[in-house]
Amino acid sequence: MPAHAIVGTQTVPIEITLNGKRRSLEVSPVTTLLDLLRNHLDLTGTKKGCDHGQCGACTVLIDGQRINSCLQLAVMQDGKSITTIEGLAQDGRLHPLQAAFIEHDAFQCGYCTPGQICSAVALIEEGHTTSREEIREFMSGNLCRCGAYTNIVDAIEDVVGRRRQPVQEAAE
Amino acid sequence: MKRFSYHRADSVADAVQALCATPDARIVAGGTNLVDLMKYGVETPSALVDVTRIASLNGIDDTDEGGLRIGALVPNRTVAEDERVAARFPLLASAILAGATPQLRNAATTGGNLNQRTRCYYFYDTKTPCNKREPGSGCPAIGGVNRLHAILGASEHCIATHPSDMCVALAALGAEIRVEGPNGPRRIRFADYHRLPGDAPERDNTLQPGEIIEAVLLPPEAEAFAGHHSYLKLRDRLSYAFALVSVAAALDIREGRIVAARLALGGVAHKPWRREEAEAALVGSPADEAAFAAAATQLLEGAQGHEHNTFKIELARRAILRALGQAAAGTPQSQTDKRIA
Amino acid sequence: MLKNDLHVGSPRSRIDGPAKVTGQATYAAEFTAADLAHGYIVESAIARGRIVSIDTAAAEALPGVIRVFTHENRPKTAWFTYKYRDMVAPPGAPFRPLYSDEIQYSGQPIALVVAESFEAAREAAALVAVTYDRQPHETDLARARHDSYEPPKKRNGIAPPPAPRGDAQQAFGAAPVRIAGEYAIASEHHNPMEPHATTVVWEGGGKLTVHDKTQGVQNSQAYVTNVFGLSGDDVRVVSPYVGGGFGSGLRPQHQLFLAVMASLALERSVRVELTRQQMFGHVHRPETVNLVSLGAGEDGKLHAIQHQAIAATSRFEDHQEVVVNWSGLLYPAEHVDLRYELAKLDTYSPGDMRAPGAPLGLFALESAMDELAVATGVDPVELRLRNYAERDENEDKPFTSKELRACYRAGAERFGWSRRDPRPGSMREGRELIGWGMASGVWDAGMMKTSARATLTADGRLAIACATSDIGTGTYTILAQIAADALGLPMEAVDVALGDSTLPEAPVQGGSWTAASAGSAVAAACSSLRDALLTRAAAEGSPLAGAKADDVIFEGGHIRSLADPARSLALGEIVAASGPDGIAATESAGPGLIGMMLPKSHSSYTHSAVFAEVRIDEELGVLRVTRIVNAVAAGRILNPKTARSQILGGVVWGIGMALHEEALTDHRLGRIMNHSLAEYHVPVNADIDDIEVIFVEESDEKTSPIGVKGLGEIGIVGTAAAIANAVHHATGKRIRSLPITIDKILQG
Repeated sequence: MPAHAIVGTQTVPIEITLNGKRRSLEVSPVTTLLDLLRNHLDLTGTKKGCDHGQCGACTVLIDGQRINSCLQLAVMQDGKSITTIEGLAQDGRLHPLQAAFIEHDAFQCGYCTPGQICSAVALIEEGHTTSREEIREFMSGNLCRCGAYTNIVDAIEDVVGRRRQPVQEAAE
Repeated sequence: MKRFSYHRADSVADAVQALCATPDARIVAGGTNLVDLMKYGVETPSALVDVTRIASLNGIDDTDEGGLRIGALVPNRTVAEDERVAARFPLLASAILAGATPQLRNAATTGGNLNQRTRCYYFYDTKTPCNKREPGSGCPAIGGVNRLHAILGASEHCIATHPSDMCVALAALGAEIRVEGPNGPRRIRFADYHRLPGDAPERDNTLQPGEIIEAVLLPPEAEAFAGHHSYLKLRDRLSYAFALVSVAAALDIREGRIVAARLALGGVAHKPWRREEAEAALVGSPADEAAFAAAATQLLEGAQGHEHNTFKIELARRAILRALGQAAAGTPQSQTDKRIA
Repeated sequence: MLKNDLHVGSPRSRIDGPAKVTGQATYAAEFTAADLAHGYIVESAIARGRIVSIDTAAAEALPGVIRVFTHENRPKTAWFTYKYRDMVAPPGAPFRPLYSDEIQYSGQPIALVVAESFEAAREAAALVAVTYDRQPHETDLARARHDSYEPPKKRNGIAPPPAPRGDAQQAFGAAPVRIAGEYAIASEHHNPMEPHATTVVWEGGGKLTVHDKTQGVQNSQAYVTNVFGLSGDDVRVVSPYVGGGFGSGLRPQHQLFLAVMASLALERSVRVELTRQQMFGHVHRPETVNLVSLGAGEDGKLHAIQHQAIAATSRFEDHQEVVVNWSGLLYPAEHVDLRYELAKLDTYSPGDMRAPGAPLGLFALESAMDELAVATGVDPVELRLRNYAERDENEDKPFTSKELRACYRAGAERFGWSRRDPRPGSMREGRELIGWGMASGVWDAGMMKTSARATLTADGRLAIACATSDIGTGTYTILAQIAADALGLPMEAVDVALGDSTLPEAPVQGGSWTAASAGSAVAAACSSLRDALLTRAAAEGSPLAGAKADDVIFEGGHIRSLADPARSLALGEIVAASGPDGIAATESAGPGLIGMMLPKSHSSYTHSAVFAEVRIDEELGVLRVTRIVNAVAAGRILNPKTARSQILGGVVWGIGMALHEEALTDHRLGRIMNHSLAEYHVPVNADIDDIEVIFVEESDEKTSPIGVKGLGEIGIVGTAAAIANAVHHATGKRIRSLPITIDKILQG
């Protein structure tokens, strides 16, 4: 697209790499990346919890960075590489964080879970996992209304190799 | 969200031209506040100018003057994690980490952070009056729900606060803002950038039509505070909430005496709140409680509470004392460990 | 009842886990259809009055807009208000969306824009211009409470306060130690992470498949058929996954009405999704004030308990909860007077929210008990042991089981309670005051009539079907555990289908009754299925010919003779021999249906003892909850892993109630102002430190056939009170209104 053109309210062509595949798309300027994924590409694993960057359910990885997709305009993603929860498992094998979330019961209703997992993938990459306190602070952009926070921290610690086995509560 | 034209600018000049051509156009970069406000119908620009492809707005570089230049597009996280920032202006890194979330800090840019708008509940709700959103419609925060609101520098037209943490540190560090516009480039002292509401609360800052932020400049003299600083933020939960009160404290202590001091408050006014008299009160004193208390009194002079936020006056006073104490001790507040040392 | 259990009682990962962690679990707004249209709601700006004009021309002129529905052009729906009453509606006249020009609350839906795209609908919604005739409104309970009243019509299933016992006022006056206070809890909003949404798929010929965010697909289905005059056969509600409920999905919310209305009118598929802001315009926990007075002896023994609560409700319905009854249940006293009243506000009707009523009443009672402990110098745990109720004095019945004593003991021991210095402000570290507080919790246990089907197919797989939901509680998993054990199959061989109105009948998922109810129904269906399989297996000529139930074991996908393990038959083989459809059994369980059901002669409750540690910066008032131990007695624990998560979640909710959650209303505008997740605070990860869950052994054979009492709600009940008591222990300040924010700590 020519750099100077005011393209108006018509759709704009973009090219993105989505979960490893090149995609050529036509998007409306008013469409967010989140709505593009959910409504237009049928990738509903990325969740809409607030649509205002206040809950983290829509977290995806853009060029490896965790970002709230609800506040990103799709038209601005031209040339970017985007990974969603659907792109984390490889060859039918769960990503270690996906497996750890199951093992540690790090979710209940599951609605915040894709965002939590994408966020945690980036968290580990960023290296903010030196203590439980640090994990808690750097996972605070992902609300979990079911209250699975302690299990989420356990799952992340497990993946970074510092965690005890899942707590098995014995009856008293 | 009202439909808009989308313009991808390839240079600063191009962006300025686009802004001048469409007076109600807005610059978009990180989108974290603008897209949010557009969905609520608070912002309804007819055009967006995407500046994210302009290379000259990127980068953190040393300046000829010996300070640092932070490009307007540099994301908040990049600034916070930059080694030069951490070594020479650690107060800025700490303040950034006290704000928002990792996701938002990845997207939000330096320039955008400066221009983020208030979190006033009424400003955000188009079904209520608001002088900032709709000049002349009134300010229901006065006499309404005003826990988050200003205790300093407010007017009868608006008691909103500026929500940024980063800007509080930039104010304390005496940064400058380099802007480009139809009449060429200019530099704005940080203290002169954000406005008090007065009778024109719709204007948050002194940016002129057609102007865009190119960079934030950190002055070399502010490196003197690298050893004694703290950013202390108090809020309604332990992370991911806007400040009730935040304090950026920076001291240059030599031989037991304060030779230079900077003190700025967030969450209490329409702009980061600094008063030179308060800083002057510290200079020449030993770094002790008496000096801190005098500075706090100076900085909070004239503070005025409302129904739900009068507590912020005393809270701010105590937070100032604590933050100055942390700065003097060389033990800045951790943004991870929630204990307040 | 379950012999040789391999899975029941052992920690098992959720069987819906893989779908949820890969993004494959599909929620209400994620079902789609060819030609799907998108609805966006316009809501009212005022709290009470009339719409004078509503101009939709600009909205309709926007490209992509299909139609704008308002009260002026709404298609015909049921006339009678009772048609809008859902299965769990309180007394009153339910809200009817777009029914007339009347505005009953701020945030009321007044128009629905339907467009070809979500973006067009959203843009057009902002163009709908409305003028109002404003009428005076009241949203402030502080004023409305002066016009409080006893609800004339009781809500079904909600026990009214028991009749007074003795003369509480006189006994209070005469008591050597008297405690009296007013305790308030702010209005809270459920805010499940998934906003309420409905996708209606127009199947043609008037048939609809409705994907609704609901805790009761059959409740939604009945509502839709009643309101729109449709046949039950034409409406199927399917919601396999629910992104959090907490009570917000018990009653049909207005997006269901609007989506179905638009779909019927346009004869096409329609989705309506609430924005987060709009989520503050419907169901919520009612703001409630409690007046509690305790009269006791010097030894802390209670003589008199008075507890009066005034809770907010809407102008049009009398929502009711059990708030005060707990005070007559938890501790025995000779003189008890409990009263529960409502006050009308111009808001949407409040509704059930996690443990409705209990944490409100118990915040008051357990704070007052803590005050009594301070006043008498009796340790708070000891005080509760001295006042331990051995029977339900409200109902004058024994308990089916009650291991609350064991909760106090186990919780105190794990917490290290014996090391507590009782003097407020006596424990500190650096600049932080440390406070240790505790409280009791109690919640209903019981069953609701529920049916389930178990079908074994020739491939050896077992299909379980029930209309109940799994809102994140782990229902899929526990049902698979029960079924696998019953038939001697691995859990991987069990498929569980839930959340479909065509499946065997189930009540709404709420009240902590689902594990006991659906679990018992599945156990019963599997038991019938075993009988059917054995009958076939025992046929003439079979290796198991003539075998009786006691002679065999179901194990490893086989029925095997106990006497001679070599004699066995594969389950798949038995099924294959009986035809292509598999063998199915459908059974119901519920009070009175099976001999073991809770008889009317007993009361059944779950209990807990919650211990909390807070650290508070003495000068700044910044509070951290650093430790919670919650010891729970809830009968049999089917799955310790998911059960623990239920309690963890309840505790997080309790922390939110104690410290964060509060709808801030501008009473001049009659409008909630902090209608976002940025300004309505729920706990974030950084707020949640160490939480320990203990399940004490409790055997209960009367509450449900499978020994289960339920866990969804008990976790929250005592938590806020324990935290408030810890705050007092740390600071000496008794904060009697929730949430406990920094300003309250500073002002104390």
